[in-house]
Amino acid sequence: MTLLDSLVMAWTALRSNLLRSILTTLGIVIGVASVIILVAVGSGARSEVEKQIASLGSNMLVVFSGSSRVMGRAAGAGTELPLAESDLIAIRDKVQGVVAISGQLNGSGPVVNGNANWTTTLSGAHPDFTLVRDWPIVSGRDITQQEMRASAKVAVLGQTVVKQLFQGEDPVGSTIRVKNAPFLVIGVLATKGPSSFGRDQDDLVLMPMTTARGQIVGKSQVQADQVGQLYIKFDNGIDLKDAQEEIENLLRQRRRIEPGGEDNFNVRNLAEFMKARTEVLSTMTYLLAATSAISLIVGGIGIMNIMLVSVTERTREIGLRMAVGGRHGDIMRQFLVEAVTLCLIGGLIGIALGVGAAAIIANAAQWPVLISPSVIALAMAAAAATGVVFGYFPARRAASLNPIDALRSE
Amino acid sequence: MNIATTSRSDARAVTTVSSAPTLIRAEGVSKIYTMGDTTVRALDDVSLEIAKGDFVAIMGSSGSGKSTMMNLIGALDKPTTGRLSLDGRDIGQMDTDELADLRNATIGFVFQQFNLLARTPALNQVILPLLYARPRPDDLEQRARYRLEQVGLGQRLDHLPSQLSGGQQQRVAIARALVNNPKILLADEPTGALDSKTSEEIMTLFTDLNRDGITVIIVTHEPDIAAYARRKIVFRDGKIVDDRVRDAAPFLAGVAQ
Repeated sequence: MTLLDSLVMAWTALRSNLLRSILTTLGIVIGVASVIILVAVGSGARSEVEKQIASLGSNMLVVFSGSSRVMGRAAGAGTELPLAESDLIAIRDKVQGVVAISGQLNGSGPVVNGNANWTTTLSGAHPDFTLVRDWPIVSGRDITQQEMRASAKVAVLGQTVVKQLFQGEDPVGSTIRVKNAPFLVIGVLATKGPSSFGRDQDDLVLMPMTTARGQIVGKSQVQADQVGQLYIKFDNGIDLKDAQEEIENLLRQRRRIEPGGEDNFNVRNLAEFMKARTEVLSTMTYLLAATSAISLIVGGIGIMNIMLVSVTERTREIGLRMAVGGRHGDIMRQFLVEAVTLCLIGGLIGIALGVGAAAIIANAAQWPVLISPSVIALAMAAAAATGVVFGYFPARRAASLNPIDALRSE
Repeated sequence: MNIATTSRSDARAVTTVSSAPTLIRAEGVSKIYTMGDTTVRALDDVSLEIAKGDFVAIMGSSGSGKSTMMNLIGALDKPTTGRLSLDGRDIGQMDTDELADLRNATIGFVFQQFNLLARTPALNQVILPLLYARPRPDDLEQRARYRLEQVGLGQRLDHLPSQLSGGQQQRVAIARALVNNPKILLADEPTGALDSKTSEEIMTLFTDLNRDGITVIIVTHEPDIAAYARRKIVFRDGKIVDDRVRDAAPFLAGVAQ
């Protein structure tokens, strides 16, 4: 007997009791559909967070000046000593595994191109900035060391600014006015998307750190060569925890903080912070999916129940099949294939429902939804496994019948 | 043509030479069922031979052992003691899969209640034994079609059991029994659920099939039906009490205990 024969037989048997078959598969349908929906919605949310992590730049630490506690209150001079160019050089030279380092000194102000004007973030940065932040230039070029030294009035624009001032046309080569000073546009940054806190990261104008310090943000009274916050990119082999400790020790030394004294700076691994969020999200997703997988088990028990009823009802048929030459294995396989077919049909309906419902959720809630083929394959495999596991016992019962008794049964 | 029969416990004398080869041979076969403390001897030291091409009726009242004998001849069961061989093969030595294969290849079953599959067209009913055949033949449909034509149902291939009369259903069952070219057609009360006219038709069909060469064994308690057979074997209390060929004197008369 071929597998096709078994399938045809199973199909015939299931179709001959159509309503019962449909009701039996319901548990599997609901189980598979809810697993698909939950994983789709959950992984959609996770991919959103992952996108944000990637937008931060990989293998990166951020150093802020001033403890957050102090920053939350009125500025107290001395506790909020800005980070300086010398701090940057010290970290670059003394901390192991630094690949690239850049400050970002932020101010804000109006930017004008002809009639269009737009108030945006004005950021001074070092030439390594785009490297540290994994933020490619899509048109034109980056800021050079020479421009940095010369405090050149050059600007690299974020996508939002390009949209506002140039209606999306390529601005490279144009001159814009930043806080009334003419700047040459030398490049355009790739789209980065919103940050994890919802801020539009593309709404900025980058310029050399020296330029920003001199004319845009202004000099700090306590730190003439302030660099804002530091972004530091590390080698792949470096453990960021060690690097973080090294930087902390170095800065405590440089800022003369007594042992036991509170840091007036922060070293953060933002990606780590967000990864923790992702993990919570994944854990929740899988917990929910596992909960709905319980309905697969319940559905499987339903299938076992109905298969047992079916074996009892069809005892004579089983006896006849044995009489005409059906082996133990043939009978076993027939009922197993029936159970698995039942589960696979339920699985297919469940996938259709799950995918449909996930698409509706995605559309209605504007919530990203990811349906991966692997989840669908997994759901089908789970449905098939349910059929095998819960079909085994009824199938064995059928196959172990004595043909004489089976033929004689009413 | 003479048929050899021995019921050893009664008279171990009668053994005649047969011109046709022996298809079924039972030697000192007993079947004992144990139910708790009581043991039931359904068959008690029975020996018998059935030749290829014969038409045999096995008779006896309920509990006589005829059904047990049928189960053994049908390779559905094994003897407790003694030897029973079908077509030269000792079924006592075979495992369940070998018995299944032997049934598939050697025996065609016909039952009182037809035992057709529900909601299955006639053609598929007849194909069923071929699905279990090893090797599985390629021309399932032609074979099944041919057998249905042979039993006079060539026009009803797509009919479901519910659309056929009792006699037609039994013909489907006979076609199914024949489809894998068995050596033995084993019928258990084949006319028990049919009216007398239909019974007659079915028995005529068996007679025709026997004339074409197949060995037919019918288990029945109706003398009318047994009368179609060439040889009649009567069981009582697990033993053969009568064994006679039609139009001939009984081989073993009056040996009942």
